[in-house]
Amino acid sequence: MQELTIATNTDMMWVCLLIPLLPLIGFLINGLGFRRIPKGLASVVGCAAVIGSFVLSLYLFLSFEEQGNRAYVTPLFDWIYVVALSIPFSFQIDQLSLIMLLLVTGVGSVIHIYSAGYMSHDEGFGKFFAFLNLFVFSMLLLVMGSNYVMMFIGWEGVGLCSYLLIGFWNKVTPYNNAAKKAFIMNRIGDLGFLLGIFLIFITFGSVSYGEVFNQASQNLSDVSHGTIVAITLLLFVGAMGKSAQIPLFTWLPDAMAGPTPVSALIHAATMVTAGIYMVIRSNVLYTLAPETLEVVAIIGLATALFAATIGLFQNDIKKVLAYSTVSQLGYMFLALGVMAYSSSLFHVLTHAFFKALLFLGAGSVIHAMSGEQDMRRMGGLKKVLPITFLTFLIGTLAISGIPPFAGFFSKDELLAHVFQHSKIMWAFGLLTSFMTAFYMFRLLYLTFYGNFRGTEEQRHHLHESPASMTIPLIILAILSTIGGFMGLPEVFSENHMLANYLSPIYDFSRRAVPSAFETQHLSHEMEYILMAVSVAVAVIAIILAYVIYGKKRTVPAEDGEYSGLHKLVYNKYYIDELYNGLFVKPVMGLSTGLYRFVEKGIIDPIVNGFGHGVLGGGRWLRFLQSGAVGSYMLLMVLGIALILLLNFII
Amino acid sequence: MNEIPEVIRTIPLNYYLYFSTALFVIGIIGVLTRRNAIIIFMCIELMLNSVNLLLTAFSAYRSDPNGQIFVFFIMAVAAAEVAVGLAIIVMIYRNLRSTDVNILNRLKW
Amino acid sequence: MLTALLILWPALAALLVLLVKGQGAKKVAFGAALVELLLGIYAWANFNPNVVEPQFLLNEPWVASAGILFKVGIDGISLLLVLLTVFLIPLIILASFKNNYDRPSSFFALILFMQTGLIGVFTALDAFLFYFFWEVALIPVYFIAAMWGGENRIKVTFKFFLYTVFGSLFMLAAFVYLYFQTPGTHSSEDQAFYALVLSGDTQSWLFWFLFIAFAIKMPVFPFHTWQPDTYTTAPAAGTMLLSGIMLKMGIYGALRWLLPVVPLGVSQWATVALVLAIIGIIYGAIIAIRQQDMKRVVAFSSISHVGLIAAGLFTLNEQGLQGVMIQMLSHGINVVGLFFIIDIIQRRIGTRDIAAMGGITQNAPFMTVCFMILMLGAVALPLTNGFVGEFLLLFGVFRYEAWMGAVAGITIILGAVYMLRMFQRVMFGVKNEITQGFTDLTASEKAVLIPLVVMVFWIGLHPNTFLSLSEPAVLHLLEVIKR
Repeated sequence: MQELTIATNTDMMWVCLLIPLLPLIGFLINGLGFRRIPKGLASVVGCAAVIGSFVLSLYLFLSFEEQGNRAYVTPLFDWIYVVALSIPFSFQIDQLSLIMLLLVTGVGSVIHIYSAGYMSHDEGFGKFFAFLNLFVFSMLLLVMGSNYVMMFIGWEGVGLCSYLLIGFWNKVTPYNNAAKKAFIMNRIGDLGFLLGIFLIFITFGSVSYGEVFNQASQNLSDVSHGTIVAITLLLFVGAMGKSAQIPLFTWLPDAMAGPTPVSALIHAATMVTAGIYMVIRSNVLYTLAPETLEVVAIIGLATALFAATIGLFQNDIKKVLAYSTVSQLGYMFLALGVMAYSSSLFHVLTHAFFKALLFLGAGSVIHAMSGEQDMRRMGGLKKVLPITFLTFLIGTLAISGIPPFAGFFSKDELLAHVFQHSKIMWAFGLLTSFMTAFYMFRLLYLTFYGNFRGTEEQRHHLHESPASMTIPLIILAILSTIGGFMGLPEVFSENHMLANYLSPIYDFSRRAVPSAFETQHLSHEMEYILMAVSVAVAVIAIILAYVIYGKKRTVPAEDGEYSGLHKLVYNKYYIDELYNGLFVKPVMGLSTGLYRFVEKGIIDPIVNGFGHGVLGGGRWLRFLQSGAVGSYMLLMVLGIALILLLNFII
Repeated sequence: MNEIPEVIRTIPLNYYLYFSTALFVIGIIGVLTRRNAIIIFMCIELMLNSVNLLLTAFSAYRSDPNGQIFVFFIMAVAAAEVAVGLAIIVMIYRNLRSTDVNILNRLKW
Repeated sequence: MLTALLILWPALAALLVLLVKGQGAKKVAFGAALVELLLGIYAWANFNPNVVEPQFLLNEPWVASAGILFKVGIDGISLLLVLLTVFLIPLIILASFKNNYDRPSSFFALILFMQTGLIGVFTALDAFLFYFFWEVALIPVYFIAAMWGGENRIKVTFKFFLYTVFGSLFMLAAFVYLYFQTPGTHSSEDQAFYALVLSGDTQSWLFWFLFIAFAIKMPVFPFHTWQPDTYTTAPAAGTMLLSGIMLKMGIYGALRWLLPVVPLGVSQWATVALVLAIIGIIYGAIIAIRQQDMKRVVAFSSISHVGLIAAGLFTLNEQGLQGVMIQMLSHGINVVGLFFIIDIIQRRIGTRDIAAMGGITQNAPFMTVCFMILMLGAVALPLTNGFVGEFLLLFGVFRYEAWMGAVAGITIILGAVYMLRMFQRVMFGVKNEITQGFTDLTASEKAVLIPLVVMVFWIGLHPNTFLSLSEPAVLHLLEVIKR
C-alpha cells in the first residue's frame, strides 16, 4: 500500500516549490516588462524558466527513485480554512505527477524553443512568452496539487491561458470569439468539476487525494454506490470540457485560431489531457463506479469515431490535426472506460510527442507558406522543406500506428484492452484507426506531394524554417520514434516499464475492488493477431490515401461545391449551428426578453405602480379640497354626527 | 341670590333641552344653508348660546356654579372671536365687495 | 473610544472640507480619508481575533429615558466591513480627482459624511442607533446622485430614495415591535433583542418586515429595480459608494439584525429567501449578457453576485457565512475597480456604449491588465479574490441543498459569458475613430487601481488573513442562531 508521507526534507520542498515558481517568475518578468524587454532577452527568460523546471523535474524524478519510490506531500500553507473545510496549498509528488511533470516541462521546453523562432516576427513576442510561461505554471499546479481544489486552480488557470493564447491576435474578432467559446465551454465542464468537488467534500470530509482515496477504498464512511457514481460523473463532466469530448468538443477545432505552438502545447500535448490525468488520479473512485466507466468508454468511443469522420474532409491543415486530437482524446477515454488507466496514460505520452510534432511541423509549413493554412493551396513542399517533411512523416507514421513508431505501441495496447472488454467497441476503435491513418496520409500527400498550388508570391517566400524551429522538430521526431519502447507489449518483453512504474498509484483501487485488477492476459497468438489486424488496417488506409491523393493527385473541391453527406461532414455535422440554435440564441433571446418583458414589463411597473398609486390616489382625493366653505362645514357636521352615532352604537 | 336658580328650576329641565337643541339645530341649518358670512357667523353665535343656555340650566339644577362660570368663559372667547371674525369679514368685503362664502374657494385643489 | 473616533472623524473632516474653497477640498478630503484608513489599520492591529465579544466598545446612554443606547463596538464581522470602508473611501475620493465636479467642497464633504454613516451602521450595537446610521448613510448618497448625476437623475434618485426608505420603514416597525417585547423598562440593545423568545408566528412576519428592508438595500430579486438605473445615473463616485460599500449594509444588517433576532422565522422562510436569491443570480446574469451600457452590465452582474451572497446568508452553515464575509470584501473591491475603469473610459471617449468601442488594449496595455485582473476576480478565477468567496458560497448552498448549489453554480458560466463579451468588445478588435486617441492610465489612476489589484491577489492567495478575523464572530453568530 502506497502511504503518503509528509516531506520533511527542506531541499525537496524547495525543488517542488521552484518547479512551478520558475515559470511564474518568467511570466512576471515578461509580463511586467512587456514592450521594454528586447525580444532576445524575452525568449531567453521564457525558455530558461521552463527548461529550468524541466531540469528540476528530472532531478525530482531521479531522486524519487533513489528514495525508494515513496509518494510524499509538501505542504506550503493553509489556503482556505473554514471550520471543517480545509484546503491546504500543497504539492503531491508520486509516480503519476512525476510523469506528468516531465511531460509538461519537457514538451513545454521544446515548444518554447520552437516559439522563439516561430513568433520572432510578432510584435507581441514578450507577451506570448509570458502567457506560455503562465500556462506552464498553471499546468504544473494542476498536476502537482495534492487535492482537488488545487487541481481546480490549475484547471481554471490553464483555461485562462488557453483563452489568452487563442485570442492572442486580439485584433481579429473571429479569433476572439473562438477564445471566448473555449473559455465558456470549459466553464461548463468546470461547473461539473466544482460540484463534484463539493460532493467529494460532503461525502468524505476532505478534498485531499490521500484522505479521499483511503476512505473510498475502505469505504470507511459507508458511502452509497450512487454517490460515487454521481461524483465520478460530475468529475467526468469537467473532463469532457477540458478534454473536448462529446458534447463539449466544439471549442477545440476553433481553438486553432491561436498561434501554432499554442495548438501544439495546449491543445494537443498537455492541457487537453488534463481530463485523462484527472480520471487516472481518481482511479479509485472510477473503479468503484463501473456505470460511470461504461459512460466514459461510450463517450470516448463516440468522440473518437465522430471526430475522425469530420477529420476526413477538412481542408485546413490545423483543423485536420485538431479533429485528430479530439479523436485521439476519445481513444484515451475509451481506454479509461475499460480501466486500462496505464495504457491511457501511455497514449497520452506518445500522443503528446507525435501530435506536438505534427502541429509544430504544420506550423513550420504555415510559416513557410506565409500564413496559409488551406491544404488546397499547398503541395509539393517536400523538396523545399526537407526536415519538416521527414519529421512530419515520422509523426504521421506514429499516429497511424505503424511499427516501430510510438503510436503503434500505445494504440495497440489500448485496443487490446478494449478487445478484452468488448469486441464491438474494438471494431469501432479499429474503424477510427483506419480513418486516422487515411486522413493523416491525405494531409501528408496534399501538403508535401504533387505540384505547388499556392500563389507566386507564396512560392517566392518558401523556405525551410530556422534551426530554433527544426531542432524541436527533430527532438520530437526522435521521441515519436522511440517513445513506444517505454511500454513494450508482453509478447516482446516481460517488462512494461511504464505500467510497472505506475503500478503503485492503483494500490487504493486494488484494495477497493481486487477483482478488477486480476490480470487476464490475452494469449500470445491473440496478441499477434490483434497487432497484425491493426497494422493491416492502417496500411490499407495508407494505400487508399495514396491512390486517391498521391497517385491521382486529387485535390479537394472548393467550398460550396459539396453536396449531400459530404457537405454534412465537411460542415462538421452542423454541430456548431445546432448549439447556436439550441443554446446561444435562446439565452440571448432570454436576455433580451427578460429585460424587456420581465424587468421593464412586470417587475419595474409593479414598483412604479406603487408610486403611480400614490399619485393617482392624491389626484382623486384632492377633489375633497373643494374650497367651498359650505361643503367643509357640512362634512364637519356629518363627521360629528357620525361620531355621536358611533358613540351610541359602540 | 338664590332666586335665580329657583326661577330657572320652575321650568322643567327637559324644556331647556328641547329648546337649546332646537336653537342648536337652527344654528347648524343656518351655517349649512346660508352663504352670507355674517349670517353664518351669527348662526355660530346662536349655537354657542344654545350651549350656554344648557350649561346654565344644568348648573342651576345641580347647584353647581362651575357651569355658569364656564358660560362666562365661553362668552368672553366668543367676544374675542367676534372681534377677529368680523374684522376678517370686513377685510373680505373690502377686497371682494361681497361676503358670499362661496366666492372664497381659492384654496381648492 | 476608537470606534467613536472612527465614526466621528469623517464627519468632523467633512465640516472642515466644507470650509475649503475650490479644488483644494479634494486634497483635504483625501488626507482625512487616509487618516481614517490609518485609524482602521490601527483598529485591525489592536484587534484580538480570538475574542467573540465586540471590542473597542463604547456604551453610553443616548435616549436614557427610553433605554436607547449609543452602543458601538467592533467584532470580527464589523471589522471586515470597517476595513473595507476605510480602504475604499480614499480610493473613491482619489478616483474623483480628475472629474472636476462643481462645488467640490460639498461633493467631497458628502463622501466623508457618508463614511460616518457607513461606519456607524457597521459598528452600531443598538437597534435604533443602527436605524439612525442606516438613514444617515442614505442622505449623502442621495445628494451625490441627485446633484452630480447624469441624465434623468432627479427621477431615478427619487425612486431609489423612496424605495429604500419604504423598506426602512418596515425595519423600523419591526424594531419598535421588538423593543416593546423586551422585558422591564425596555431596551433596544442587540443582546436584548437576541435574548427575546418570540413565537414562531410572530417571528414569521417579523422576518418579512426585516427581510424586505435588507433585501431592497442589497438588492435581492425582485426588489432590485432601483439598482441598475441608479448605478447608471449616479456619478462614478456615487456608483462606487453604492455598489462597493452601501449594498453591504443590507447584507450586514441581515447578519446582525435578521438571522440572530428571528431565527425561527429564518428557518421557516430560508428556502423561499434562497430561491429568490438564486433566481436573482441567474436573472441578473442573463440580463447582463445583452446590455449595451458598460455600467448596466456591471450593475446587473452585481445583482447576480449579490444574489449569491444573499443565498449564502440563508444557508446558515459555516462555509456559507464565511463565504458571505469574504465575498463582501471581494465584491466591494472588484465592483469599485470595474466602475472606476468604466469611468476612465467614459472620461476619455465620452461614452459607455459597448458597441462604440474596440481595440482599446492597443493603446492602453496597463489598463488592460488591471481591467482583466478585476474582471477575472469578478468571474471567480482561482487565485483571485472572487474564487474564494464563490467557492465557499456555492459550497454552502450545495451543502444546504444540492440542486440549489447546482443551479446557483450556473453563475460561473454566465459570469464568464457577460464579462468576456464586454471585455472583448471594449478592449479587443480593431481601433475605431472613437478609441483612436485613447491614452493609458495616469499616475493618479494607477494609484487607485494598483491597491485594488493587490487586494484581488491578496484575498485570492491568502484569504485566511481575513477569514480568520471573522471566523470566531461567525461561529458565535451561528451559535446564537441555533440556540
